[in-house]
Formats: sequence, structure tokens, C-alpha cells
Amino acid sequence: MTIAVVVFPGTNCEHDAVHALTLLGADAELVWHRETDLDDFSGIVLPGGFAHGDYLRTGAIARFSPVMAAVTEAADTGKPVLGICNGFQILCEAGLLPGALIANRDLAFVCKPIHVRVESTDTILTSAATVGDVLRIPLNSYEGNYIAPPQDLAAIEANGQITLRYCDENGDVSDLANPNGSTNNIAGISNARGNVAAVMPHPERAAELILGSDDGRRLLEGFVAATKTSPQTNSVAAS
Amino acid sequence: MKFRITIERKPGLADPEGKATIRSLHDLGYTDVQHVSFGKAIVVDIDSTDETAALDEVDAMCQQLLANPVMESYRIERIG
Repeated sequence: MTIAVVVFPGTNCEHDAVHALTLLGADAELVWHRETDLDDFSGIVLPGGFAHGDYLRTGAIARFSPVMAAVTEAADTGKPVLGICNGFQILCEAGLLPGALIANRDLAFVCKPIHVRVESTDTILTSAATVGDVLRIPLNSYEGNYIAPPQDLAAIEANGQITLRYCDENGDVSDLANPNGSTNNIAGISNARGNVAAVMPHPERAAELILGSDDGRRLLEGFVAATKTSPQTNSVAAS
Repeated sequence: MKFRITIERKPGLADPEGKATIRSLHDLGYTDVQHVSFGKAIVVDIDSTDETAALDEVDAMCQQLLANPVMESYRIERIG
């Protein structure tokens, strides 16, 4: 089965995503945002970039692209849906994940390798990792500062839906190790079911050592594995 | 019929632009400034003669697309 990597006007990390998934042995193909049927895909990636120019709010317009009804349907059926960077923002706008992403604390575009610590492994993003793993992955965003209403924040903390937190190279989570002011150092979250996950830094840009780190593989391997056991919505398959 | 939608960040949420700006205002001597918050204004022009219906329509637009209730509040005024 093939993974759909959705391309909105302004998306710019789609080829990185396809490349990294291919390295891990998965089939991945680009799908234009006007597609309305994703039944034949075993998983979906909303990659990074600036969908629809980031106009209005990041992800706000992409959230109403025709493909999003199919993404929502896939998420509801339990298929793995992964948002990276701009994809994180889109999933929040779509209501598939709680909260929102606002401008970084210091109003600077942060583009550098950072460290994240794995906080939970019950999700399609972290199932191949171990709690406490420290991963070095590039961050590349202006609106990477995660916020959520207090009741949502309490719920995702209590339910183990926080998958990754910004930390230093030793795994210590602190204000100093927080690159963008994100609430509780949150770098990645999932939905309660664990099949919709999003991450602000870019694991697909850290999937081979020639790029300085292959730590991102540990995240993408979990996602690829999840797509292999993904629920099928295409009932036409020959039996 | 023209309406201006003013979108403001919900109180209590981080407002890095407001924070940076208040720092600069203080540096310029406006030391009595207590708070600066950023928002945005959107003007929509609607082909309608029914103000109540048009207002309802603009409100629906705000709820669906123009404002994000997680971080923003909005108000609508008729300006033309």
C-alpha cells in the first residue's frame, strides 16, 4: 500500500518526505490537494511548507482544501495521519488535533537542529522509539509555538498525547532548551487514539547521516510500520 | 454593505509581537503603556440589502474560517 504525501499550493517539503519514506522501504506518492478520494492509501503525510501562502493563519485555508475531507475520513477510520511542521498547523486548524501554533516567542524564524525527547510511544509517530530517547532533528518554522486552552492542555498531558518535547542534548527539558516558546516545550502531539500525530521539527530531513543526523528515522519507521497495519477503507479489494 | 472584522488574540495567550512592541515603546519614553496586543482587521464587502442577514453571514464566516476560537476573539462592525 502507498502513502499519500499531500501537496498544497505552497507546500515545499513534499519531496523530502517522499525521499525519506522511500529510504525506509515505503511506497509514497504525491497527491494534489484537490484530490477527494484517499481510500487507496494506507497512510497520509501533510508535509511542511507554506500551504496557500500561510495567508489568514497558518493552515487556515489549507484546512478547507478539497483533500481535507478525505484526510478527516481517513483519520476517523484509524488510518495513520502524520503532519510535519505546516502539516501540524493544518491538523490543528482542521480540529484533528487540539490547540494551535502561533509565532515563535522571539519572533524569529528558527532554522537549526534541535533536540527532542520522546515522551510517549503509543502513537504512529513514536511507536518505534523508546520513552526518553533524545533525537536531533532540524526545526524550521516561524509559527512553531504551540498553545492550547488549559483544559485541552491538561487533557493531552494526562492522556499521554504529548509525543515529543524540546530538550537539550542530555534530554533535559527546560526553558533554555525551548527554541520557540512552545507551551510545556511541546514539539509533537497526537490525538487520543494515537493515529493522528504531528511534529513541528522535520524528521524527514534527518533520515540519513549525510544530512547530519538519521535520528528522524526512529520516528518515520514507526509511521511506516503503522501504515502496514492500517485499516483498509477500500472494500473493492479482491478477496 | 461593508463590514470590518477585528480579530484579537485572546487575553492571557502569548503575544510575542505585543511584547516586542511594548519594549520598544518603553524605550521611546512611553513608560505609561501597560499592555500592547496585536490583532488584525479584515474588511468584507457583501452584496446585500439586509443588514441582519449580512451580519449573520459575516458571523458564520468568522466562526468557520476567519477566526480561530482557540486563540482569537472577533467583533464585527458595519463600516459602509
